[in-house]
Amino acid sequence: MSSFKNIFDQYNWNEIKESIYAKTTADVEQALHTHKRTLEDFKALLSPAALPYLEQMAQLSRQLTQQRFGNTMQLYIPLYLSNECQNICTYCGFSLDNKISRKTLDHSEILQEVAAIKKMGYDHVLLVTGEASQTVGVDYFKQALQLIRPHFANISMEVQPMDEAEYKELIPQGLHAVLVYQETYHREDYKLHHPKGRKSNFDYRLETPDRLGRAGIHKIGLGVLIGLEDWRTDSFFTALHLQYLERTYWQTKYSLSFPRLRPCSGGLPPKVEMNDRELVQLICAYRLLDQEVELSLSTRESARFRDNVVKLGITALSAGSKTNPGGYAAAVSSLEQFEISDERAASAIAGMLREQGYEPVWKDWDAGF
Amino acid sequence: MQPLIIAGHTFTSRLFTGTGKFSSLQLMEAALLASGSELVTVALKRVDLQNEADDMLQHLHHPSFRLLPNTSGVRTAKEAIYAAQLAREAMETNWLKLEIHPDPRYLLPDPVETLKAAEELVKMGFVVLPYVHADPVLCKRLEAVGTAAVMPLGAPIGSNKGLKTIDFLEIIIEQSNIPVVIDAGIGSPSDAAKALEMGADAVLVNTAIAVSKNPVIMAQAFKQAVIAGRMAYEAGLAPAHKEAIASSPLIGFLD
Repeated sequence: MSSFKNIFDQYNWNEIKESIYAKTTADVEQALHTHKRTLEDFKALLSPAALPYLEQMAQLSRQLTQQRFGNTMQLYIPLYLSNECQNICTYCGFSLDNKISRKTLDHSEILQEVAAIKKMGYDHVLLVTGEASQTVGVDYFKQALQLIRPHFANISMEVQPMDEAEYKELIPQGLHAVLVYQETYHREDYKLHHPKGRKSNFDYRLETPDRLGRAGIHKIGLGVLIGLEDWRTDSFFTALHLQYLERTYWQTKYSLSFPRLRPCSGGLPPKVEMNDRELVQLICAYRLLDQEVELSLSTRESARFRDNVVKLGITALSAGSKTNPGGYAAAVSSLEQFEISDERAASAIAGMLREQGYEPVWKDWDAGF
Repeated sequence: MQPLIIAGHTFTSRLFTGTGKFSSLQLMEAALLASGSELVTVALKRVDLQNEADDMLQHLHHPSFRLLPNTSGVRTAKEAIYAAQLAREAMETNWLKLEIHPDPRYLLPDPVETLKAAEELVKMGFVVLPYVHADPVLCKRLEAVGTAAVMPLGAPIGSNKGLKTIDFLEIIIEQSNIPVVIDAGIGSPSDAAKALEMGADAVLVNTAIAVSKNPVIMAQAFKQAVIAGRMAYEAGLAPAHKEAIASSPLIGFLD
């Protein structure tokens, strides 16, 4: 069976990294002025050579986004179901070696959370867990979807990677999208950051979008955790992955995220720092490569940063998020995955968007579909 | 100007409009009113059908607007038929803009699923306006199963590229016994005028109005362009020539 691994294995991390950093002003100018941009153009736009062109990139990115997505912004919120986890990840608060008490929401707790989230106005929800397949496996998810589906127009999941057959079981229960971030495409460093648990299997994770595509999922979210490795090289591989998936599973929609490592209980500080300027560069470069891809920004980023980048290519925002199971109502003081930065309520974010000339969109799907 | 009749309903405006991408619902309402449009399409997925006070629908509550629910988001005939039934119940209309685009990137319509769904929906009593590629044979097949109109695209939806499919649109217009509404890609009032001049019965415009810096004025510009285009069509355009033609250079000797 064909998979992204066949393509990925043909690339060498160090060569790609060198080729990005070797891009010149002339490469950037060509990338800016061409109509259909290639991955070579994308490398130029990602490179340090493009930093002086950031204003021009932002203008183009804004224009392309506005044409495709209009003056609207999708709003969604995470619902953490569990912080149980069998993996050791060096950067995550849920890591197995972080000795804290664990919590998995039961049915009545899930419904309490649902009620609290619905009050904020949300109709799109993202279910999040750690990886504890024994207790929080496909059966748990199936029951959770059945409980949640009547209350939301659109349900996404960010949980452990699963088999194709498991996805096929969950999709008819109302699962619309799955977010699965590779964290880093640097195979050796991936091992260092994920020394234990099922997550330490790099290839299984890498091939997850293929399994999702074959299962017929509506939307797949990709990304890397920025801070683990050189973000430019990691973002190139994300784009390579995206283009492969778009060609192969052409009926599926795609979204990208670019989470920067946040402080968390027991976590390592980032190895690589990405400043605000560089994150703007990445957002614009993604948009200039792909006009149709959704770009999503979470509450990891600060209020000031979010207010300013909503106009530069972003199409979806979360707001009022809690990153701990039960955080909205059922168990407000349980362990959170990471500290959020923008703590404003959903209504405040909606107001900010309106002020900037954007219509906040709460519902853009129907549970009946 | 001749009125346009679709499924027994008379429209004085030949500008149909969409409701997506506006920066606020207030602005959407103002622009649609300024456009003079009498047929306004709404994505079922954007509307909260359980909620009678749904924001979007509140702003479309005008005697001049007939709502045209659309099935945007569905990927198969089966899903489209399900969505159509939801729409009929919730929006109390049997009119339907049938759009099935399994390709979420360019939102290009699936001809096979569209024909299948159209046939079924017509039998179920829907007034079906299918969004299709500018494919003359498909348009005839849809006419044969009883759709109320056909809505071929001018260019990829939202692209504002204009009438890229013009040669095929001409064939569709020439052959059709039902109204032809050019649906996607119309980027400027001149594109709309051109479509009407060619004999299209109407155009549907969304992005070009919604994403304009001034949607209300742009809506008025489209309104006038559509009127001008239709008037020119009814008046009969004088043929265009590349070179000036002298009165009778070849047969002058006969005089």
